[in-house]
Amino acid sequence: MAERLRIYRELVRAQVRGQASYRLSFTLDLLGNLLFFGSDLLAVLVVFRQVPALGGFTLRETLVVFGLAATGFALSDLFVGNIERMKTYVRTGLLDAVLIRPLGVLGQLLALDVGVRRIGRVVYSVLLLVVALRAADVPLTPVRVLMLVLTPLCGAVFFGAFFIATSTVAFWWVESGELSSSLTYGGRDFTAYPMPVYGTWLRRLFGFTLGFGFVAYYPSLVVLGRADPLGGPAWLSWTGPAVAALAAAAAWLIWRTGVRHYRSTGS
Amino acid sequence: MNIIEAYDLRKEFDIRVRAGRFKRERRTVAAVAGVDLVVQRGEMLGYLGPNGAGKSTTLKMLTGVLHPSGGRVSVCGLAPVPQRTTLARRIGVVFGQRSQLWWDLPLRDSFELLRHIYRVPAAEHAARLRRCRDLLDLDAFLDIPVRQLSLGQRMRGELTAALLHGPQILFLDEPTIGLDVVSKQAVRGFLAELGAKGDTTIVLTTHDLADIERLCRRIVVIDHGRVVHDGTIEALHARYGSQRRLVAELDEVPATLPDLPGVRLESAEGGRLTFAVDRTAPIGTLVSQLTATGVLRDLSVTEPEIETVIARLYRHTPAPR
Repeated sequence: MAERLRIYRELVRAQVRGQASYRLSFTLDLLGNLLFFGSDLLAVLVVFRQVPALGGFTLRETLVVFGLAATGFALSDLFVGNIERMKTYVRTGLLDAVLIRPLGVLGQLLALDVGVRRIGRVVYSVLLLVVALRAADVPLTPVRVLMLVLTPLCGAVFFGAFFIATSTVAFWWVESGELSSSLTYGGRDFTAYPMPVYGTWLRRLFGFTLGFGFVAYYPSLVVLGRADPLGGPAWLSWTGPAVAALAAAAAWLIWRTGVRHYRSTGS
Repeated sequence: MNIIEAYDLRKEFDIRVRAGRFKRERRTVAAVAGVDLVVQRGEMLGYLGPNGAGKSTTLKMLTGVLHPSGGRVSVCGLAPVPQRTTLARRIGVVFGQRSQLWWDLPLRDSFELLRHIYRVPAAEHAARLRRCRDLLDLDAFLDIPVRQLSLGQRMRGELTAALLHGPQILFLDEPTIGLDVVSKQAVRGFLAELGAKGDTTIVLTTHDLADIERLCRRIVVIDHGRVVHDGTIEALHARYGSQRRLVAELDEVPATLPDLPGVRLESAEGGRLTFAVDRTAPIGTLVSQLTATGVLRDLSVTEPEIETVIARLYRHTPAPR
């Protein structure tokens, strides 16, 4: 296991070295990241120009939710987001190349194409989270710090599972990237705001059925020291790891079925 | 000992065909339809066939990329798909049109990464790399990013990459495609030497007859997913009566033309004579008779093209006499 991790680390480092050879492109990517991140943030700020609170959450509190969700998403986008390029991997033969090497297929694909260019988003999200915490004037207790570390990690696993599952389904069975994008990015946008903002129907579908509510909103209640305005029990805030594990297991099964499908159909 | 054994190997694909505006029909296509292939350790095998004959599909089943639809297959004593990662350490694969190398990194880095991936002991790795560096002249471009290498340089890198973990079998899918003459010769020379040492089994698919003639004693030809020939290249030519073509340019039209068994005059335009010559015909006698009739200005002999031979093979029609 340790040996395998070392190999993957070498692969990721190689990818970073390769990307670093395109300096100008990398700089432009950082700027592009900033632009996208800024426009997402701007959307929140514009809303709060009109209203003092959203679903009982102030701007500062909302930015904590936003920051937690954005950090989790940026991390998964960095390490797993490239799986959306599945079609390219099949067409260029990278999938075959990976299958003839003595390592796991998914791990190799992720490590070989890790999205170094998307690192900017991680930095901006963490910065925003720190600023929002200061602004919201949240006293940092050990429990809150634990939650602040745990949440983006679970969020990253959860979003990563969504990337893998939807890309696999989209590639092998629906032949369309639209489903993948709408679920993953729709889910990301959903997590950026406190759940009481949404109507019952949306909360049930995205928040509970698909599990996006446990990525940022419920954990943020612990960080902000608030009860759930929707009346949910306090333990819901700690279900993040379980939900992430469940999503990861489901994604792994879907992925394995997808690869098996490829190996029996060649497409 | 048999290092590859495949019996009645099959691969069927379901394809969807448009049948009308919105309707799509499922149709099953057999890419490989019952191939028997037994290869002994140390053999050099040429695996031939026209485009779409099922060569690459066979190779993918032997290397564990694709699951066979039917038949039995064992490579290095392993079942390719269930034991993919174990098998991966014992085989090397070169795809002529795809790269195993890291595009943006110096060639040297790719070799180093492969050492990690295959967990090759450093000393073994260094020894193998040294040998490839000498034989393939890699030193001049080891530090250049792969994306900047010429195709010939890259192919030499690919060959090295496939051999650094000391595979028992080397699978090559069109390794000389698109290479210039010099690079082709470098690749062939290297493979010939590797094959001569006898501890690496080589399975080679190609469209280039010269690759085969230089390297492989045994060739297996498939078409439409079936083996249509398994034997030496000479046997193939003998069986299908393929002919060489000899073009001679003489100062003037000779009064008498050579009349030899297995030699047929195809055309005569002034002093330019074209003969179709059987593989067994005495081509030397033909040349000396031509020299005797007049001043021989130019002479060329072309080998029959493998595509022609295979096309003939598939149609099962003997060569025209």
